Amino acid sequence: MQIDEKRIRAYGDTFNDGQVQLSFSLPVEHGPRGDEAARILAGHMGLEEVEVAFSRDLGQGFSYYIVYGRCPSYVDLTQIQITQVEVEAMDYYEINRFIEERMGRPLVVVGACTGTDAHTVGLDAIMNMKGYAGEYGLERYPQFEAYNMGSQVPNSQVISRAVEVEADVILISQVVTQKNVHLENLTNLVELLEAEGLREKFLLIVGGPRISHEMALELGFDAGFGSGTLPPQVATYIAREIYRRQGSQSGPPGER
Amino acid sequence: MEKKLNLDEEKIGRARQAAASIAEGIMEDILPRTTVAVERAILRLLGVDGIDIAEIPLPNVVVEKVQEAGALPCGVAHWMGRTILATGKDPQEIAREVSEGNLDILDQPLYSDEEIRRALEPYVRQGLEWIRDQRRRRDKFLETLGTGPRPLLYVIVATGDIYEDALQAKSAAEQGADIVAVIRSTAQSLLDYVPYGATREGFGGTFATQENFRIMRQALDEVGEEIGRYIYLVNYCSGLAMPEIAAMGALERLDMMLNDAMYGVLFRDINMQRTFIDQHFSRMINGYAGIIINTGEDNYLTTADPFEAAHTVLASQFMNEQLGLRSGLVEEQLGLGHAFELDPDREDGWLLELGQAQMAREIFPRAPLKYMPPTRYMSGDIFRTHLVDGMFNLVGVISGQEIQLLGMPSEAIHTPHIHDRALAIDNARYIMNNARHLGEEIYFKPGGKIQKRAFQVLDEALELLEKIAELGLPRAIDEGWFAGISRSPQGGKGLEGVVDKEEHYFNPFLEAMAAKREGTGHAD
Repeated sequence: MQIDEKRIRAYGDTFNDGQVQLSFSLPVEHGPRGDEAARILAGHMGLEEVEVAFSRDLGQGFSYYIVYGRCPSYVDLTQIQITQVEVEAMDYYEINRFIEERMGRPLVVVGACTGTDAHTVGLDAIMNMKGYAGEYGLERYPQFEAYNMGSQVPNSQVISRAVEVEADVILISQVVTQKNVHLENLTNLVELLEAEGLREKFLLIVGGPRISHEMALELGFDAGFGSGTLPPQVATYIAREIYRRQGSQSGPPGER
Repeated sequence: MEKKLNLDEEKIGRARQAAASIAEGIMEDILPRTTVAVERAILRLLGVDGIDIAEIPLPNVVVEKVQEAGALPCGVAHWMGRTILATGKDPQEIAREVSEGNLDILDQPLYSDEEIRRALEPYVRQGLEWIRDQRRRRDKFLETLGTGPRPLLYVIVATGDIYEDALQAKSAAEQGADIVAVIRSTAQSLLDYVPYGATREGFGGTFATQENFRIMRQALDEVGEEIGRYIYLVNYCSGLAMPEIAAMGALERLDMMLNDAMYGVLFRDINMQRTFIDQHFSRMINGYAGIIINTGEDNYLTTADPFEAAHTVLASQFMNEQLGLRSGLVEEQLGLGHAFELDPDREDGWLLELGQAQMAREIFPRAPLKYMPPTRYMSGDIFRTHLVDGMFNLVGVISGQEIQLLGMPSEAIHTPHIHDRALAIDNARYIMNNARHLGEEIYFKPGGKIQKRAFQVLDEALELLEKIAELGLPRAIDEGWFAGISRSPQGGKGLEGVVDKEEHYFNPFLEAMAAKREGTGHAD
C-alpha cells in the first residue's frame, strides 16, 4: 500500500484507522458518571468512536480511565522540518585525535543536574568514566577535562565553577521534574549567563528524556540531546562545534 | 525462614566481626563530641518550638547564641538548666525571651550539675513520656488494625503541598499501599535547621516540618481506620538537621525514617564527622520511639556499577547493622536497604538479583529489609518499566523482603501521577498474591548460578570489610570505595557545627535512652 506522506494518521491495525490509546485520571467518583465524563473529555480532544475500555476507583473521589478512540487528525510529513544536532558521531579515538590535532589542548566540560533534579542517570551516562552502553563517558577521554558536579546544583554554582575552571562547555542534565520546573530552571540559567555577560563564553548544552534540540534552541541553549544519546555523540558535537567557533574567530573555517 | 543458599556461616561471622571493629572505630570519634544539630534536638525534646520574627527556628536561635559565645562544649542543656533554676521559666518561655533579646542564658548564676539535672528533670520526663505514649498508640493500632501482608508496599508522594500529599496518601492507602513516604523538598538535607509550619510549596517534594508530620499522621490514621489497616508514615531523618528530625518524628509518631549518614556523606557531601555524630543521637531517638530506620546503601548502585559493586551494598549493611546496634536500635528496627539495579538486558540478570536478595534475607534474618526498585535503567518506556517492576516484585515476594518500595511506571519521567501509583500497587498486589508462597516451594540448585552469585558477593564483601577494618571507614570513604565517590574527613558541609564536649557536658535524653536500653535489652 502506498503511504500518503501528506496525510499521515495514527495506525492501529489498518492504515488510516487513526487508533489511539490514552489513560488519565479524573477527580470524579468512579461510576457511570465518571465513565461518561471520560468519554466526553476524549471527544473534546477530538477523538471519535471513543470507548472507555477500563475504569477504576482510585479512592478519595478520584478515578482512572483507559480510553481508545479514533483520531481523525493527520499530519503532513512533507511540511516537517527538524533541526537536529549532527549525529554522525566520531568514535572515542577519532574524537581525541580531532581535539588534540586541531585544538592542541583538552576541552573543559562542567556538567550538572541543576535545580531540583536529583537524577544523575543521564549526566553520569555522558560524563562518568564508565559511560553507558559500552561507550566511555567524557571523564575517560584524555582530551576532555570533565567536572561532574552531581545533582541539585544551583545555576549560580554551575556558572561560578565554569568560570573558575575556564570551561569551554556547560552540560546540563534534566531528567525527572515536577510540574515542568525544569523549563523555568533552564531559562533561568541562560538569563543568569546573559546578565553576567558570560553567555558567549560557553557552549551550552542540555540533555534529558524530555529535551529536544529544537526546544533547547528555543530556551537559548546551543544544543539539546534527548533519550538514548551516547557519549560520543555529545563529544563529537562539542569537538566540532568548538573547533568551528574557534575557526570563525581566527580565520580558517572549520571542517563541516 | 529456611536457608537455601548454603552460605558460609564462618565468613558471615568474620564479616560481622570486621564490621563491629569498624563501628567501634567510628564510635570512638562520635562519643567525645556533640554538634549544633544534636543540641537543637535536645531543645526540641525539652519542648522548644516555633520561630522568631525573622522566621529562624527558636532551637537555632538559642544554640547559635551559645555557640557564638564558645559555650557549647557544656551542652545547651547545662545553660538551659541554669536559666530554669534562676528564672523559674520553662524552656519554651526561655527560648522565646532569648530570641527577643530579653534574656541571656549564658549570664546566669552557677549551680551544681546535680541541681541543673534536677531542674531539667520534669521537662525531660515529659518529652520521653510523650514519645512513649506515641509508641503505645502505634502498638495499639498495630494490634487492633493490623497491617498488610509482607512485603509491605511502600509508595511515595511528592506534590510539594502537604494537603495534596495527604489526599494522595489516603488514595494510595485505599488502593493498597501499606507505607507512605513523603519525599522531601530538594536539598532540605543541606539546611542546617528545620522549616516551620504547614507548607504548600516545595521543590520535587514537600518540606519536612513538624506540622507537616502531624497533618500526614492524622490523614493516615483516618484512612487507616476506614480501611482497617495501619498505614506507616515515613520521612527523611538525614542531612544537617538529622537529630532534630528524629525528635520531631518521635513526637509525631512517624513509623520509619530514612536514617543513614553514609548517604549524606556520599551523595550530599555532608561532612562525615558531623553526620556520624548526628546519626548516633538520631538513631538513639528512633530506637527509643520504636521507629524502623531505612538505610541507603541501595543508592551506591545508582552511581557505581550494579554488577561489580554489589558487595559494597552488603559490606555497608554489615556496618550499618553494627553502628545501629551501638545506637540503641534492635535488629527488628534495622531496615537495611538493598536494590534491584542490574541492567535488564543482562542474560540471567534476574537470577543474580534473586541470589542477592535472598542473600540479604539470610544474612540479616530479623531485619525488616527494605528492597529498592530498579531506577537506573528505566526510560520513558512506561510499559517496559512496569514489566521490570513486576520482575522486581517477584524477587521481593520469593525472597521474603519486609518492605518493598514500589517502582513507578513513569519513574524516569516525573514525580508520580495518581494513577501511576495505582498501577504500581496493582502490579505488586497481583504478583505478590499470585506467587505468595513460591519461596517456600523452591530450592536453589547447589552450586548453581543463584548460589554462586551469593557466594561471590559475600566473599567480596568480606574482603572489603577486612580491608576497611584495617584502614578505618573515613579513609575508605576518602579513597572512594563506596559509590565511586570520594569524600574527605575534613571536607563537606557542616564540620563547623562539631564541638568537643567538656566535663560538665550532658545530654539528658541520650543518657535516659541509653539507660532504658541497658535496663530492658531494648527501648520498650
